[in-house]
Amino acid sequence: MSSIGTGYDLSVTTFSPDGRVFQIEYAAKAVDNSGTVIGIKCKDGIVLGVEKLISSKMMLAGSNRRIHSVHRHSGLAVAGLAADGRQIVARAKSEATNYEKTYGEPIPVKELADRVASYVHLCTLYWWLRPFGCGVILGGYDRDGPQLYMVEPSGISYRYFGAAMGKGRQAAKTEIEKLKLSEMTCREGVIEVAKIIYGVHDEAKDKAFELELSWVCDESNRQHQKVPDDLLNEARTAAKAALEEMDAD
Amino acid sequence: MELQRSMVDGSVCMKDSAKSEISSERTLYPYVTGTSIIGMKYKDGVILASDTAGSYGSTLRYKSVERIKQVGDHTLIGASGEISDFQEIMRYLDELILYDKMWDDGNSLGPKEVHNYLNRIMYNRRNKFNPLWNSLVLGGVKKGQKYLGTVNMIGTHYEDDHLATGFGNHLARPILRSEWREDLTFEEAVKLIEKCLLVLLYRDRSSINKFQIAKITDEGTTIFPPYALKTFWGFSHFQNPSKGAAGTW
Repeated sequence: MSSIGTGYDLSVTTFSPDGRVFQIEYAAKAVDNSGTVIGIKCKDGIVLGVEKLISSKMMLAGSNRRIHSVHRHSGLAVAGLAADGRQIVARAKSEATNYEKTYGEPIPVKELADRVASYVHLCTLYWWLRPFGCGVILGGYDRDGPQLYMVEPSGISYRYFGAAMGKGRQAAKTEIEKLKLSEMTCREGVIEVAKIIYGVHDEAKDKAFELELSWVCDESNRQHQKVPDDLLNEARTAAKAALEEMDAD
Repeated sequence: MELQRSMVDGSVCMKDSAKSEISSERTLYPYVTGTSIIGMKYKDGVILASDTAGSYGSTLRYKSVERIKQVGDHTLIGASGEISDFQEIMRYLDELILYDKMWDDGNSLGPKEVHNYLNRIMYNRRNKFNPLWNSLVLGGVKKGQKYLGTVNMIGTHYEDDHLATGFGNHLARPILRSEWREDLTFEEAVKLIEKCLLVLLYRDRSSINKFQIAKITDEGTTIFPPYALKTFWGFSHFQNPSKGAAGTW
C-alpha cells in the first residue's frame, strides 16, 4: 500500500509528480503506529480516551499523561510522538489564555481548533521545520455546546461526533459508528469508550497498557477533568467483562 | 509602534521595532481606593471581612466594590488600596490558578504558596519604583492547616492569628488582641468581626455601612452577600450640636 518516495520525500517542501507531499504522509505513519486515541461527542459532553501503551514495568501509573487540559473547558488527547504532542498542547494553552486575555471570554472550541490546525500546518511549510509527528483530538464545551475536533499532522482539522487515531483506529471507528451517541450521556459514554479501547487493544503485539479517560460534560460542570476514580474503575470492570464475554463466544 | 505591558514590572511602554522603549509609566498615587480589611482565624478556618466601598479621594464614589475574592480552592484574598491594581492582581492569580488546575495531578496551590507568589510580585514591583498600590490579606485552609498572612505594596509580609490593613491596624487589631481566642465558633467570630467593623464604620471616614464577610474552611469557601450593621448616633454629645455656639450649623 505504501509507495516509495525515491527522491521526492526528502523535504516537506517538495511535491511528488502525483501531487503528494511524502513527508506529511510519513508523519501520519508516526500517528498510525501509536496507541489508540478515541473521542466521542455524547448528548451532554465529550469523552476522550487513550490506550497508553506502557513501555516499561518501572513506569509509575498515572505518569506520562496523554490527555491534557488546554483551558478550563477543553482538553487535548495526543496520538503519536509524545514530545511533539506536548509542544502542540503548550501552544494551544497559550492561544487559549491569550484569547481570554484579549476578548474576556473562554476561547470557542472552533477557534481553538483553527489555531491548533494552523500551527500544525505551519510546520509543513518550511524546509527547516519538520511536520509534527502527532495528531490530536480536541474536545471542548463552550456556548454552542460540546464539540469534538481532530487535527492531523497535515494540518487538516474537521469537526466530528466520533473520532479515532492510532493503531486500532479502523476497528475503533467501526465500534463508534455502532453507538447511538445522540442519546448517550457522558457517564454511559465513558463505559463505551473503555469497552472500545479494551476491545481494539492487541494482546499479542503490545503487552500492557493503561487506560486514560477524561471528559467535559454537564456533570463535570463543563470543566475538562480526568474521569473520577469510581467511574474509571466501573468502566474498567465493564470493559474487562465485555472482553471476556467476547472471548467466551 | 505598539503598546506593550511587561508582566514582570507592569510598566507600559511604546515599543517600536526600530527604536527601543520610548516612554514608561509607573504608579505615582492611588485613585480609587478601598479601606481596611480584617482577617482572623477561628475554630474551623479563616474569616475575612471588609466593607464594599471604593473611594475616589474623599468622595465615597463606588458603593458595591467586592474587595474579597476567592483564589483557587484553598484561598481567599482581601485587598485595600488601589482597586485597579487589585483587579490586575486577580488577573495574575486567575492565570496562576488556571495553569495549576491544568496539571490535573491532584496538587493545588495553597494559601502559603499564593502568599509567597504575591510577595515576590509586590517586592519586585516596589524595587522598580512601580508598586501595585495595595495591602493584601490572604487567608486559607489546606489539609486542615489554617493560614493567614498579609503583604503590602512595599513587600512587607507576615503571618498572624488575626490581621488587618490600613485603619484596621489601629482600630480593629487592639480589639482582636484582647478578645480573640483560638477556638471561636463561627457565630462568635462573626460577632467579634462585627464589633471591629462597627468601630471602623464610626471612625474611618472612607468606610460605608455595607459589609461583606467571607469564610474559608476545609470544606470550601463562602462569600456572604453584603449587609448593613445597626448604628447608634443618639449620644447626648451629638444632640443639639449648635447649642454652645450661636450662628453655627
